[in-house]
Amino acid sequence: MSDNKDQAKTNIEETKPKKVKVKRGKLEAREARMGYFFVLPWIIGTLIFVLIPLGQSFYYMWYNIRITPLGTKFTWVGTGNFTQIWLENPEFPQQLVTYIWQTIVEVPIIVVFALIIAMMLNGKIKLKGFFRLIFFLPVIIVSGPVMNMLVSEGASTIPAMNTQAVINALDTFLPTKMANSVGELFGNMIMVLWYSGVQILIFLSALQKVDPSLYEAAKMDGGSGWECFWKITLPTIKNFILLNAVYTVIFLSSNEQNELITMIKNAMFSGTKEKGYGYASAMAWMYSIVVTLIVLLFFLLLGNKRDQYDRLVSKRKRMLKREERLARKIERRGARNVKKLERARRSHRYKTYDGNGDY
Amino acid sequence: MIVIYALLICIGFVYLYPMLYMISTSFMSRDDLLDTSVKWLPSTFYLQNYIDAGKSMDFLMSFLKGIAIAGLPTLCNIVICMLVGYGFARYDFKGKKIMMGLLIFSYILPSQVTMIPTYVLYNNMHILGTILTFVIPALFGNGLNAPIFILIFYQFFKQIPKVLTEAAAIDGAGHFKTFFRIAVPSAVPAIVTVVLFSFVWYWNESYLTELYVQGLSANTVWTNLVVQLKNFDQSFNTRATVGDTATSLNESVRMAATTLSILPLLVMYLILQKQFVESIDRAGITGE
Repeated sequence: MSDNKDQAKTNIEETKPKKVKVKRGKLEAREARMGYFFVLPWIIGTLIFVLIPLGQSFYYMWYNIRITPLGTKFTWVGTGNFTQIWLENPEFPQQLVTYIWQTIVEVPIIVVFALIIAMMLNGKIKLKGFFRLIFFLPVIIVSGPVMNMLVSEGASTIPAMNTQAVINALDTFLPTKMANSVGELFGNMIMVLWYSGVQILIFLSALQKVDPSLYEAAKMDGGSGWECFWKITLPTIKNFILLNAVYTVIFLSSNEQNELITMIKNAMFSGTKEKGYGYASAMAWMYSIVVTLIVLLFFLLLGNKRDQYDRLVSKRKRMLKREERLARKIERRGARNVKKLERARRSHRYKTYDGNGDY
Repeated sequence: MIVIYALLICIGFVYLYPMLYMISTSFMSRDDLLDTSVKWLPSTFYLQNYIDAGKSMDFLMSFLKGIAIAGLPTLCNIVICMLVGYGFARYDFKGKKIMMGLLIFSYILPSQVTMIPTYVLYNNMHILGTILTFVIPALFGNGLNAPIFILIFYQFFKQIPKVLTEAAAIDGAGHFKTFFRIAVPSAVPAIVTVVLFSFVWYWNESYLTELYVQGLSANTVWTNLVVQLKNFDQSFNTRATVGDTATSLNESVRMAATTLSILPLLVMYLILQKQFVESIDRAGITGE
């Protein structure tokens, strides 16, 4: 009986080998040091140019900051900057809402358009180089001032397109804000298309990585081109859709056509009493939270959803780990208690009855 | 097949439409602009717009300074991003995952939120209004879009088989020798990509150039073509009131100025077109 038990015990131990903790050797330590050495400039730079300014602007936004000849004067205003922005200068919140709608409408259009162009260019066509040349051209042109100039001179609209009619048609079944941004989009169609240069290239090189034998196999099994696209192409390049969406959001947010960033800069150097660095910091923080939320939204929409099986496996693993930790904890506590008892007995704090004499 | 060609040509035309419009308008004299019968082809080859626009933009000086503003930070960007990318790809160390997360975070974070303290910092360092405001962040791996470049190099160096670097180590190469003799020479495609994109992005950056390099003060030395284009109306009007211009501010002149400001990059693009269109492909951003 006891033999059997032992066997079972060894069996368990065999199936669950104890994790061997390896101490880091000298080589590893040196390698790690070299790694830090290579990355060091970036660490310093991120501290100086990202993290510390981030903290500082967080500090600034609760203050009213005025630059006087005697130095900078900080006055605590608490949430004053925010109430100022929201209640007294409604322009910024309005622009913010417009920006959100615009981004949410434009990003899918840009990404889908880039995908379509990339699919067309990926086929066996002549003059591939020439077409690539055209579709990549905007990348070198899309700077804020150039775009503003082209838009203001009406070079960005196709003359035959009637924007107002589009807006009116959309207004019947969409929220007004959204209809307006879609309408604006039609008005600036070319500009929107111009933003998709880099995305087209990323999609193109992603499409070329798709294994052609997959398509062949699918064709043999009677799959149509349409099915191939949904079942093979799209899952393979899914990550690049996310990449392109995020890239587009960031591009739109830092492009100078975006009026919000101009407003922040103007507020920063505004001479009025209530504006200034603190006010602009509050604006910038609100703006970056909005941008981050939009990026998160696209992450949630397009991010990698693991399938059911993976989820179950990882859940089970987590559970096992938790149980193991609990077992270790109990074991440790037991050992500790034994030691404690031992010590107590040795110091004669209490006596156990040893069978003779008085108790 | 024909449908695809037709679509491509149509979209290609739509793509090029603003460019064509810009170029054709920029050659029009005032009479051509008013004449409704002149649509695309100007009646005469009229260059006065370009002369006037070039003079108000101070074309040659802005062009040379623009090259410096885009070129120097680009140089720093390549060197540092390559080092950092190699460090991330080749070595394992504590906190690497957090750092990579921070890298992506610093890309997503809009520069506006760090702009004000950074401006104050540069002001205290007395480098506002000099090119150092672009060079120093680039030297510390935080130049314009540096996270993208670090990730490009990271991806690229990860594809170098570890056996190769181990073999070099066995043959007695140190960490730096391995980097310079094995990693750098194999990274040429990635370097080309980073150079091109970094240069173009720095060249086209007007917001930060105006704020840091120009310093927003009246007596600035530094400027580039894009910033000049942004303030074109003002500078042209100042010259026009003195009577230095042959034309008045109209869309032809403005289009001529726009053409001038993208001309250098356009020439570069046409010369290096192959590098441009194959850049992302060869830099291995999309993995193996």
